[in-house]
Amino acid sequence: MIDYTKLLNETAVDIKPSGIRKYFDIAATLDDVISLGIGEPDFYTPWPIRQAAIKALERGKTFYTSNAGMIKLREAISDYTALKTGVRYNPAHEIIVTVGGSEAIDLAIRTIVSQQDEVIIPEPSFVCYKPIVLLSGGVPVPIKTSEEHSFKLTADALKAAITPRTKLLILPYPNNPTGAIMTKEDLEPIAEILRGTNIAVLTDEIYSELTYGRKHFSIIGLDGMKERTIYVNGFSKAFSMTGWRLGYMCAPEEILKHSLKIHQYGIMSSPTVSQYAAIEALTACEEDVKMMVSEYDMRRKYLVNAFNSLGLHCFTPEGAFYVFPSIKSTGLSSDEFCERLLYHKRVAVIPGNAFGDCGEGFVRVSYAYSINHLREAIKRIGEFLTELKNNGYKDN
Amino acid sequence: MDKLLSLLKTNARLSNQELAAMLGTTAEEVDDRIKELERKGIIKGYTAIVDEELTQNDGIAAYIELSVTPKAQVGYDDIARLIASYPEVESISLMSGGYDLAVTLRCKNIKDASQIVAQRLATIDGVISTSTHFFLQKYKENGIMLVDPMPDERGQE
Repeated sequence: MIDYTKLLNETAVDIKPSGIRKYFDIAATLDDVISLGIGEPDFYTPWPIRQAAIKALERGKTFYTSNAGMIKLREAISDYTALKTGVRYNPAHEIIVTVGGSEAIDLAIRTIVSQQDEVIIPEPSFVCYKPIVLLSGGVPVPIKTSEEHSFKLTADALKAAITPRTKLLILPYPNNPTGAIMTKEDLEPIAEILRGTNIAVLTDEIYSELTYGRKHFSIIGLDGMKERTIYVNGFSKAFSMTGWRLGYMCAPEEILKHSLKIHQYGIMSSPTVSQYAAIEALTACEEDVKMMVSEYDMRRKYLVNAFNSLGLHCFTPEGAFYVFPSIKSTGLSSDEFCERLLYHKRVAVIPGNAFGDCGEGFVRVSYAYSINHLREAIKRIGEFLTELKNNGYKDN
Repeated sequence: MDKLLSLLKTNARLSNQELAAMLGTTAEEVDDRIKELERKGIIKGYTAIVDEELTQNDGIAAYIELSVTPKAQVGYDDIARLIASYPEVESISLMSGGYDLAVTLRCKNIKDASQIVAQRLATIDGVISTSTHFFLQKYKENGIMLVDPMPDERGQE
């Protein structure tokens, strides 16, 4: 019989499956589960976008596009990015349309990282950075962010993490799972450390449109940053287009031309129908996005208030669609809390430590759900906490 | 639309505390604003959206198109107000297009409906013609789905 241990890539074997998935798998075996776990919008893709895709199919747009993506879409991305960030990328040489923001992250890391290169990753953050760095032969260097600093990356923490082997800094803001953002004032000291170094930045701005109260600011708008930054964004979150699998990376040509080779050999080109739909999204759907943001904002306020009222201290997030309440007052670990809440009250939330060790003591709660759904979940969590208290927080 | 109104339209039973949290204000402020909306007549009332199919009440709903000759001075008002006073009438509106008044009725059975139409609607002075349609299945009412909404399939397929 074949010996798989001799066959498989060691790094692939060693990386852990996503900690998010585990709770979905348990939830799938139970009845009447209210999930607050999902990290994708609950809105359908706005109708004009869907219509654009139907039209593209009717006109027989079923072939590959150019490797980097349709030039019309790249032009639209260039205009949109310029409008949102004040920085313009050349559609001909500085933009690749990717299969979701995920592929753009993968491309960016693989383009930059060689064996033993260090990659600084603020945590808690999305689960994909570390495994991709490992698969690229790099060394992930997590930086712990804390609620004390509103889960922002601080200049001191960054300075302390930089070594001569540091190649890349990942900037995951607005942040999944904490909902933290970085303002221009927060980013300036980070940029100051990077100026004059050979450290690149991967800024993952997939939630850039989903901020509440103030507009998102991108590091590419600061002096000396565009030349070292790979800017990643996509259509999934802002336009509620997760299933269309479409994102993009923007970077200086000297970086991007190498990413394009990886994309060319790995992917060929991103889905053609999705690209037609994406043009419509960028050019005609501002109002739809506004409506969704206003709805998320109401849910966000509702949940922050509800968790604080229940005695689970909850940081006020300014971006994305998650709240990240602390469960430390229960005396349970994140995993214990999530498991018991799921088994006893059939509510699924994600343990904070799925997003890095420093997420321990927190849980991630998505508000990509209707208000009525959230109310039912809060009711059950309230009951759960009362029962925990009555049982003296003992195992039940 | 006013955010408070649009929230109440989706669920009039949200508590003032919940509404206040969502709108970033206080429960007292919400209470004041609702009272003002009621006083101004913007909020006319609160009602339950009932799926009659699932209740014990048998009965049917009918939609009737009425063509009417408007009267001098009062136009369609007199007739519309008269019809609105019938307890079986759930709604009545003046329409543009091929007919004038749209009436929805809830009554016991088809016989009952035909009696109302024949004896109490068609006989009104000024009513030229009626056209009666019966509801077979309601899918959505006042923005609320009466049939099961599309299942949440995120992350499952």
